[in-house]
Amino acid sequence: MTAAAPTTLAGSSKGGVRAFKNTLATVLVTAAFGIALIPLVWLLWTVLSKGLKTITQSGWWTSSQRNITYRKPGGGVWHAILGTAEQVLLCTLISVPIALLVGIYLIEYGGGRLAKLTSFMVDILTGIPSIVAALFIYAVFITTFHGQRAGIYVSLALVMLMVPVIVRTTEEMLKLVPNELREASYALGVPKWKTIVKIVVPTAFSGIVTGIMLGIARVAGETAPLLILVGYSPDTNSNLLSGFQGSLPGMIYAQVPQLGNIRYHYAADRMWGSALTLIIIVMALNLVARLVARRSKVSN
Amino acid sequence: MAKRIEAKNLNIYYSKFLAVSEVNFTIAPRSVTAFIGPSGCGKSTVLRTINRMHEVIAGAHVQGDVLLDGENIYGSAVDPVDVRRTIGMVFQRPNPFPTMSIYDNVVAGLKLQSGRIKKVELDDTVEKSLRGANLWEEVKDRLGKPGAGLSGGQQQRLCIARAIAVEPQVLLMDEPCSALDPISTLAIEDLIQSLKEKYTIVIVTHNMQQAARVSERTAFFNLAGVGKPGQLVEIDDTQKIFSNPSEQRTEDYISGRFG
Ligand SMILES: Nc1ncnc2c1ncn2[C@@H]1O[C@H](COP(=O)(O)OP(=O)(O)OP(=O)(O)O)[C@@H](O)[C@H]1O
Ligand SMILES: [Mg+2]
Repeated sequence: MTAAAPTTLAGSSKGGVRAFKNTLATVLVTAAFGIALIPLVWLLWTVLSKGLKTITQSGWWTSSQRNITYRKPGGGVWHAILGTAEQVLLCTLISVPIALLVGIYLIEYGGGRLAKLTSFMVDILTGIPSIVAALFIYAVFITTFHGQRAGIYVSLALVMLMVPVIVRTTEEMLKLVPNELREASYALGVPKWKTIVKIVVPTAFSGIVTGIMLGIARVAGETAPLLILVGYSPDTNSNLLSGFQGSLPGMIYAQVPQLGNIRYHYAADRMWGSALTLIIIVMALNLVARLVARRSKVSN
Repeated sequence: MAKRIEAKNLNIYYSKFLAVSEVNFTIAPRSVTAFIGPSGCGKSTVLRTINRMHEVIAGAHVQGDVLLDGENIYGSAVDPVDVRRTIGMVFQRPNPFPTMSIYDNVVAGLKLQSGRIKKVELDDTVEKSLRGANLWEEVKDRLGKPGAGLSGGQQQRLCIARAIAVEPQVLLMDEPCSALDPISTLAIEDLIQSLKEKYTIVIVTHNMQQAARVSERTAFFNLAGVGKPGQLVEIDDTQKIFSNPSEQRTEDYISGRFG
């Protein structure tokens, strides 16, 4: 035997080096994880500690900011929740069918030139900054067609941001559905479209729901389209078709000018309160979606 | 109900690649035919042309005819969906629908083909098909449980139940036992014996004992040469193929003197 070859397993010096490398890698990975976690925990802690007392005040969830100035406490976020909810809901109603159909087309029927082009367009859409989407909608509907600023235009701008998110996750989820299931269905004499509707999409359903949630989370905090297309109203306005409308990002933004005010801290409190409210709502939606997805996994 | 299958001058392609050339055979109704041959010679490919599953793959196409009781399933007026309703298929790896219960898996074909069916009829079909697939006793108390929660052998029998629930006339099986243990394999071989009273069965297998045990007729496929397409070397009574085949190449393969 040559000198370099270890004779026993325990005596192998290479084993020691490997164990050291392993430990080092474990430490590095754990440290990286910790570092990545710091901003998240910090952010949550800051928003929670600064916003909690505001959102537990009476009337926070039910009243608007009507007649409330930065010198006055009180008021709530109802107008903002309503506006954001309406805009995001309309946006979701428009986006989901479009995005699902595009995703299904790309995976189940794609392969041709049109599919490549579509995929390329989705890529481009993914990279569009929200303010550009907002300016585009402004140019089309307000400058060209002489519309008045309104919540509906925000929804339309958000559609441009939401569609690519849902298309991409839908694609990923459909790709995960094994081809064997499609073939099993075809072999039973089930037509392709029915196979997609009854077998492929249900199998990918929980993932698709997650994609929709990601889309909602993506647009719910968007601010640029609000500023450009609807402004902000401290009053409750449930009309998507006309007038300024409250929104959570809008409410946060509206408090900013008074942040440096030393005598009155109400605006700052309200800002943290609305930020916390926005986070809570998005997280709650996430939770609901998870439950829905889990429920539907096995249908009895 | 079972039907005769004839293949005439089949040339089977993946895009430009000719995978199998000039296949001709006749398969009698209510019989079991085994396809044997080395890996890559085109057994699955030929099997999948019999129910037009081949063309599901992008670029795949077929020249020649496959006749089902004299009717060409590649005729221009024939809908492949109808062909697949008549000719069922069981795959190598069990593939129950993961979102569905055992019950729903069995009736999936029926429900998806024709929409609304009475609950009693469905219940009937479920019991009949599961009994037919030798699975009823094992699952009758948990029909509502997910099909994916069964063992591999049970899943494969569930897939057979699913295939026979739509009452096809021909049943194609592509290595249905290759992922299973000997006991499940035996269960499926027994099942094939009882199914052949109603169906025409074609089974691909790498297991020659299995071919000898279950089939009356055996078709031996082989590559015509390195880089050449696969071909059907001969098809004959199983007994003859395994004792006294007409072709030297068959004998070499059977006796392990291959390659
Ligand atoms: N989807 C496909 N695309 C392109 N070529 C394919 C495809 N499937 C199979 N082939 C080719 O067709 C030929 C026959 O393959 P096939 O799967 O029918 O062989 P087989 O006899 O079933 O082999 P095995 O015993 O390993 O299952 C092989 O050369 C294979 O590479
Ligand atoms: Mg094969």
